[in-house]
Amino acid sequence: MKRRQFNKLVAGLTAGVCMTALSLSVQAADPLKVGFVYVGPIGDHGWSYQHDQGRLSVEAEFGDKVKTTYVENVAEGADAQRVIYNLAKTGHELIFTTSFGFMNPTLKVAKQFPNVVFEHATGYKMAKNVGTYISTTFEGRYVAGYVASQVTKSNKIGYIASFPIPEVIRDINAVQLSLNKYNPDAELKIIWVNSWFDPGKEADAANAMMDQGVDVILQHTDSPAAMQAAERRGAYAVGQASDMSSFGPKAHLLSVVDEWGPHYINTVNAVMNDTWKPKANVEGMKEGAIVIPSFNESIPGDVIAHAEELIAGIKDGSVYPFAGPIKNKAGQLMVPEGARMTYAELEKMNWYVEGIESDIPQ
Amino acid sequence: MIKLEPRGERSSTMAYLSPVLAALLTMLTGLILFTLLGVDPVEALITILYVPISDTHGLAELCVKTAPILLCAIGLSVVFKAKIWNIGAEGQLLMGGLFGSYMALQFIEVEAFWVLPLVLIAGVLGGMCWSGIAALLKVRFNTNEILTTIMMNYIALNILLWAVHGPLKDPDGYNFPESALFGDAALLPILIDNTRVHFGMALALFAVVAVWVLMSRSFYGFQIKVMGMDTGAARLSGFKEKRLTYFALLLSGGLAGLAGVGEVAGPIGQLIPQISPGYGYAAIIVAFLGRLHPLGILLASLLMALLYMGGEMAQISLGLPLALTGLFQGMLLFYLLACDVLISFRIRLKPKKITTSPRLSTLASETQG
Repeated sequence: MKRRQFNKLVAGLTAGVCMTALSLSVQAADPLKVGFVYVGPIGDHGWSYQHDQGRLSVEAEFGDKVKTTYVENVAEGADAQRVIYNLAKTGHELIFTTSFGFMNPTLKVAKQFPNVVFEHATGYKMAKNVGTYISTTFEGRYVAGYVASQVTKSNKIGYIASFPIPEVIRDINAVQLSLNKYNPDAELKIIWVNSWFDPGKEADAANAMMDQGVDVILQHTDSPAAMQAAERRGAYAVGQASDMSSFGPKAHLLSVVDEWGPHYINTVNAVMNDTWKPKANVEGMKEGAIVIPSFNESIPGDVIAHAEELIAGIKDGSVYPFAGPIKNKAGQLMVPEGARMTYAELEKMNWYVEGIESDIPQ
Repeated sequence: MIKLEPRGERSSTMAYLSPVLAALLTMLTGLILFTLLGVDPVEALITILYVPISDTHGLAELCVKTAPILLCAIGLSVVFKAKIWNIGAEGQLLMGGLFGSYMALQFIEVEAFWVLPLVLIAGVLGGMCWSGIAALLKVRFNTNEILTTIMMNYIALNILLWAVHGPLKDPDGYNFPESALFGDAALLPILIDNTRVHFGMALALFAVVAVWVLMSRSFYGFQIKVMGMDTGAARLSGFKEKRLTYFALLLSGGLAGLAGVGEVAGPIGQLIPQISPGYGYAAIIVAFLGRLHPLGILLASLLMALLYMGGEMAQISLGLPLALTGLFQGMLLFYLLACDVLISFRIRLKPKKITTSPRLSTLASETQG
């Protein structure tokens, strides 16, 4: 056996570690340290990119009063808990975990650090020091559905969907409700790609739909691949999460953009002033969390005008996509006239509204 | 013209020192890199290599991160010794996680001592079943195992995704792609209170010892080594090549499966779509970095785990990009190969005179140590 050589190897490595074995003194600093955990790279031009824009707006707002840190591309497995733990341990007093898969790790770490405030995006579990936040993308989706219903010539509208979770089903429903109201002849074709970010699959789905005559594509996935495919083939598309107009100047009808900045700024303020309480934050167009930055110039003026009216209505509460009467696919009345679905109900929505022909994959 | 000329005698001391040399060169390049990035290089190295393990919790986390890499790599060392190139540890790990989760979910309400062993055995069988298919294809149809094991990684991933979006989905989880949380009886016991270090690390260390005994003390291990060095000689000696192929692949698949079930029944506690951030692939680097020797692999997997954790810490404390982790791992492998080449060959600058090129096959055998 080459034990002696291995002893040398051990000795070598130990010496290497010892050489660097100087303790790092972490000084207690004045600024509030805010940590962000991203599931993707900040350059994904979608979900994580938008969260990072939110982080930057916190820095712009508070300047020296905060110090922000982010960790990108954190796997939603065993690693997440360590990353969150290390953020808490290194003196971060407020930590945002920005993907559904971070829910259980966030709760586990929160138990160990009762004095640190945690906010988890898109989940449903809370604790004394864990709040949640999510934006009501369906408001933007409803407006997008209206615009799509007006510009389609083939009356076939495509929807690239990620996973059959309530958030996605709810947004598909919002589009269908828009179609039911403004263009009942239009048909919604849904393709599930079972991924949040897979440019190849998203482009395939877009092309398959355009082959079937679809001329407007909506998506609940994060890459601009469908936008680019639509641009190549002269169709329209709606951007998701970030402003995708640069990926298809002609195809781009509008983008439903997540602006996390306002929520992050409010939360930082609340933590600084000791007014933070755990709650389920649901924010939309009214709070500036969902924004439609621009419309394609080729959309007729009256359509843009009505879309703006819808946005204004959603903001002041006079327009609500999930106001009764709403029937399900089978024609059964689910929401009576005059009633509005609450967010708690929407959070668990697992049925399609009337007009959608396909079934939810099980 | 640059020419590589074989050095006459192989220095076994240098062969073992080569990984250390590679590690030192990686540090050195790291220092230059950090300086160029405008970060204090010493502070950066301390942040990456020391801060993550500067307390009990950090050391425990190092074990958590090491366990799956170590289990995969120690299994791979056996097949690689036999010159069977199993690139499928990742898929075998995923299948282990899937089988183990299935078993754990059957006994969510049961509080009995036999649940955990059953879950672990299911995981091992999952990994063995996956590598067994590759072994069957290789033995019966002489299929190239590099191709089959790589392809089966993707199949395993998709089966896992199907299961977690379908039959194993938590019925109370609002359709989100994850299983219910396992019952306590299916979870690996924690070794140190208030940390996440679990029994999986003990199993991994046991596997290291077992493989060491197998490879250096048993006739079976001897046969595997002979088969790797010279199939013809092994055949002439009457060694059963097919049986050895099955044995080696099943062993490495089983250990990778154990790594997978160790993750779901350990730090994760449920089946989720992302069990592994590529442990099965990292294990290939680790196996070679450790010279296919159990102790070397133990050290190499600790180093690899530390680099992962250091990469996270560099993001948290220094705001350095994540790409750094990948760069460090890549440099480590690059320098290791470079050191190996330079230990076995010397570079000669020669005037244009074309002679026969050096035999690369000798290089391949020498990198095995």
